[in-house]
Amino acid sequence: MEQRYYQKEIETADREQILAWQNERLVKQVRHVWDNVPYYRKKMEEKGVTPEDIQSVEDLHKLPFLSKDDLREAYPYGLLAKPLKDCVRIQSTSGTTGRRVVAFYTQHDIDLWEDCCARAIVAAGGTNEDVCHVCYGYGLFTGGPGLNGGSHRVGCLTLPMSSGNTERQLQFMVDLEATILCCTPSYAAYLAESVHEHGLRDKIKLKAGIFGAEAWSEEMRQDIQDKLGIKAYDIYGLTETSGPGVSFECSEQTGMHINEDHFIAEIIDPDTGEVLPEGSKGELVFTSITKEAFPLLRYRTRDICILTRKKCSCGRTHVKMSKPMGRSDDMLIIKGVNVFPSQIETVLMEQGYPANYQIIVDRVNNSDTLEVMVEMTPENFSDNLGKITEMEKGLVSALKAMLGIYAKVRLVAPKTITRSEGKAVRVIDNRKI
Amino acid sequence: MTIPQISVFLENKAGQLADITKILSDNQVNMRAINIAETADYGVLRLIVDDAQKASAILLEQGFILTMTPVVGVAVPDTPGGLSKVLSVISTAGIDVEYMYSVFGQKDGQACMIFRVADTDGLTAVLDQNGIGTIAGEDLGIH
Repeated sequence: MEQRYYQKEIETADREQILAWQNERLVKQVRHVWDNVPYYRKKMEEKGVTPEDIQSVEDLHKLPFLSKDDLREAYPYGLLAKPLKDCVRIQSTSGTTGRRVVAFYTQHDIDLWEDCCARAIVAAGGTNEDVCHVCYGYGLFTGGPGLNGGSHRVGCLTLPMSSGNTERQLQFMVDLEATILCCTPSYAAYLAESVHEHGLRDKIKLKAGIFGAEAWSEEMRQDIQDKLGIKAYDIYGLTETSGPGVSFECSEQTGMHINEDHFIAEIIDPDTGEVLPEGSKGELVFTSITKEAFPLLRYRTRDICILTRKKCSCGRTHVKMSKPMGRSDDMLIIKGVNVFPSQIETVLMEQGYPANYQIIVDRVNNSDTLEVMVEMTPENFSDNLGKITEMEKGLVSALKAMLGIYAKVRLVAPKTITRSEGKAVRVIDNRKI
Repeated sequence: MTIPQISVFLENKAGQLADITKILSDNQVNMRAINIAETADYGVLRLIVDDAQKASAILLEQGFILTMTPVVGVAVPDTPGGLSKVLSVISTAGIDVEYMYSVFGQKDGQACMIFRVADTDGLTAVLDQNGIGTIAGEDLGIH
């Protein structure tokens, strides 16, 4: 298969060239945050590091880590490294009250981000003759804007469908002969089912799909590929680092090339923070070396994966990361939304329920479900069923307000939820991913 | 004049009701009336028994969640329109009935219905004024 690239010189650059870019940009970036972000300067001072200590990627380990807690503490403007007049956009993580992350972009940041997404689209076979159907959500969520921008750069005819309204999605997909589909893997699976149900398999012209923002298995990939007759590519990113396009899959489909001219990736031991050698399984840490408005140094993603520099048949030279294999914290990604068990606990306490609860996550018909098992208490019980259902409804809306997604509440008899000897089993994830 | 009712939280799973009736039976508690209100996932079991104190102590000890509620036993004429008349009297008096159910069996041409209202004294008075009898616990073998 003929290989095509969006930015060939960069994507196939040799190791020395990539390192040279990284060294130069890292040094510059460290100086940039030191000069412009008091929060960073303080963190570096606390660790006894100055910009002079960082001369190359070799010195990266000297820098302090940055975590989601830092982002929350510095919310909203504490990590901003450019004057507001230079910023043109914000994006934000989905729906999680109290855990919201706001990222800022200069026009230059957006250009580079869209380049990254364009690389992903071209790697999936996209050209200016393609019709690119984007049904990631548009708005604060990075999925829609990212792929939309990438699609423009490649020159595809872009369908900014956003999410929802499956009937309309199918109609446009058929009528406008969409060839590339961009959405979450679970929505792709749902669309594939719908295509099958409506007997549209012969009417669609899709050839490739770029699916990210949530974990998916090889089985799910196979299923989507078979049902839609396409090649399905994974794409990875997080709002904190820009959005989708931090890394993307190529024709080999054996991991995602990290755009190393923009991001330096490390794998660390999540417990000790020690940097692990290539090939080790550990927590992925990113340093964004080209971002102007919202640069992150050594940002802990909490995603567990493996990096490999094994030569790739696609010709790209940038390091590849495996699909995330889990998390080093207790965050769950449900319907693409970040959910922490502690948020659920907070709501339960506020609503007068015991902190003994269990969260059951499953995937039914390719869509995530969240159920919270809560024990009934004498205080909450009533002989009047209506009063109990009212309380239950109150809990459901409080959870929705906190998490941004619907959680089914299941009231159970006391002592039903197992209290184990050591750590309580708070989460049961039955999804096969 | 009220009758003590025990309400027990029931999870909708096989054997819950059987467990409770077994516990009561093992302890020689006799049930006089039973009613269940439920959603898809859980329910409330309402019981009138001969010895409410004893029954509730036993169920609490077994880990069940329950509450005791005073309810009114109403003597409903066992004739067509009997209940209709009672309800019309209650409704005219502006008393809201939260729920009601019947007691096993009947005697002297009267059925006994259990009424749960917020104002039990008000209900008793209204019934009395309209010549509708209430039923005392003793009449139902409750001690």
